Amino acid sequence: MRPLTPRRVVTTCALLLFILFAIVVISLRMGAYPISITDIVMTLFNGAMGRRDEIPSEFWLVVFGLRLPRIALGIVVGAALSTAGAGFQALLRNPLADPYVLGVSSGAALGAILSLIAAPHTPGAIQLAAFAGAAATIAAVYFLGRRGGQLDSGTLLLAGIVTASFLSAVIMFLMTTLSGRDLRGMAFWLMGDLATPPAIDSRWLYLVLIVAVGSIYTTASDLNLILTGEQEARHLGVNVNRVKLVVYVAASVLTGLAVSVSGAIGYVGLLVPHVMRMLFGTDYRLLIPTSAIGGAIIILVADTLARTIVAPTELPVGAMTAIAGAPVFIYLMRRRMR
Amino acid sequence: MSAPVGQPSSLASPSGGSDPQENPPMRLKVEQASYAYSATDRSAPKFALGPASFHAQQRELVAILGPNASGKSTLLRLLAGLEKPLSGRIEVDAVEVSTLDLRTRAQRIALVQQESELLFPLRVWEYVLQGRYPYGRRLRFESEEDCLLAGNALAQVGADALRDRWMDQLSGGEKQRVILARALAQQPSLLLLDEPTQHLDIGGKVELLRRLRRLTDDSRYTVLVVTHELNLAAEFSDRIVLLHKGKCLRVGTPAEVYDQALLEEVFEAPLEVDIRPNGRPRVILRGH
Repeated sequence: MRPLTPRRVVTTCALLLFILFAIVVISLRMGAYPISITDIVMTLFNGAMGRRDEIPSEFWLVVFGLRLPRIALGIVVGAALSTAGAGFQALLRNPLADPYVLGVSSGAALGAILSLIAAPHTPGAIQLAAFAGAAATIAAVYFLGRRGGQLDSGTLLLAGIVTASFLSAVIMFLMTTLSGRDLRGMAFWLMGDLATPPAIDSRWLYLVLIVAVGSIYTTASDLNLILTGEQEARHLGVNVNRVKLVVYVAASVLTGLAVSVSGAIGYVGLLVPHVMRMLFGTDYRLLIPTSAIGGAIIILVADTLARTIVAPTELPVGAMTAIAGAPVFIYLMRRRMR
Repeated sequence: MSAPVGQPSSLASPSGGSDPQENPPMRLKVEQASYAYSATDRSAPKFALGPASFHAQQRELVAILGPNASGKSTLLRLLAGLEKPLSGRIEVDAVEVSTLDLRTRAQRIALVQQESELLFPLRVWEYVLQGRYPYGRRLRFESEEDCLLAGNALAQVGADALRDRWMDQLSGGEKQRVILARALAQQPSLLLLDEPTQHLDIGGKVELLRRLRRLTDDSRYTVLVVTHELNLAAEFSDRIVLLHKGKCLRVGTPAEVYDQALLEEVFEAPLEVDIRPNGRPRVILRGH
């Protein structure tokens, strides 16, 4: 009997953060302008120490001006989507739940597009609208996914897939009919892309990410019990409704945040929590932070591949995650059906 | 300080308050408690539980009997504090159950129901440790004491050897014991079980009732069991609460409640009741 300790959570996260850092360095190296690993590490070190005058200007531009902002965006998006996925899986008691599969990402994308049409220059409007779109979609899928008053796993997934398809069609309709406006491309909203820098100050993104992931983390012990059954959790003293509300709002915020800056990147929320479960177990006290860091790692790898695999042409990052994620989804679904 | 496992948390030591000469403390008091499903919810069948009154003392095993749809599970939900009675009072250790906050309630009352399907695999010890949730902060990591108490709870149900097994690989009887162990890890004073014998063979049923009897006798729990097993209830319980169509028909010792005409009317079956040499009644199906 070796229960989870805070020390194990910290050491596991530290290990993953180290891997993330290594991948950041490798990703910084990849691109048209050649720069060595040593130069990257020195540039990062001097940058962190505030010694900008010791960094050659072209290194500064490549590392801090071009590549690092995109990497940082990938980290935020990956962490947000993976944590949202882990949250939705517990909230809906469905291991196949994922913002993209359930149509929540499409709902957020539609919200974001509508805000670009209605209030293109209002700061933060796109994030708020994406959150509203995500929250409304998950609420709709939740009610459509019930059979006989109970949440039914298969019905829920079908409801999600149909909702995603419907919302994607609406997005395509809007993009086609309003093609003259600056609404970003259809591929951006439907497949996801990290190439476009967000209009919002990135510090806001970090702040919202930390608050939302932290909120879900405060319910980690409760989620462990809810996963063994809502009734049982109630008997053991869990305020199930409060926990569900916190996870519902926070996971919708995370999905809205990610989609508003990168479009609907698929399967990260499904893939990452499952990989983390296989590696570190099902305990949400460990799963939430490892999923957040793991999500950042996966998106970073996917985006680095997306921009280098057929260079100079770039693939949308969502295409890379779908290539890896869709087979995993099918594998998990078949395993459950057995 | 928490009491050792196996001892209801309100008791400081194994020897305290157990003088057989004294009346054992009153643990559960149900006074004219009634309940009805909301008439506004059209999807739920309308059902009313008429005012029920009974009590249970420390070291008592009470069986709640009745045919299907007689209100047994509703009564159990009221006792567990999951529903608030429309009228009347339900007190556990002299405190009204509906006034307890969720976690305090879970420290006093444990409810064992048929377990839900687990979403992800879980080891037996992880499952039993969940019983420690009501103690400490909401976001918590288990202490050594928690592990010790969970281990003791497993030992109390004879499931020591199962601790590293996966929950989904257990047999029906093993699973039932582990679920019971999680309830014991809560250190409750009142243990409620909803049809715990449902999926067990006759050997498993007898073993479970024996175990519950031992828990009441040796560890001073008060145990309430909802069951369909008339003979096992007669053999092992101190008191019977007989329900029929939402009414509490009779409360008393098995010999007082097992009246042939009454049981035949309630269960709508030709039954015969005889009294065994140990004074406990036995019910058999009358031949044609």
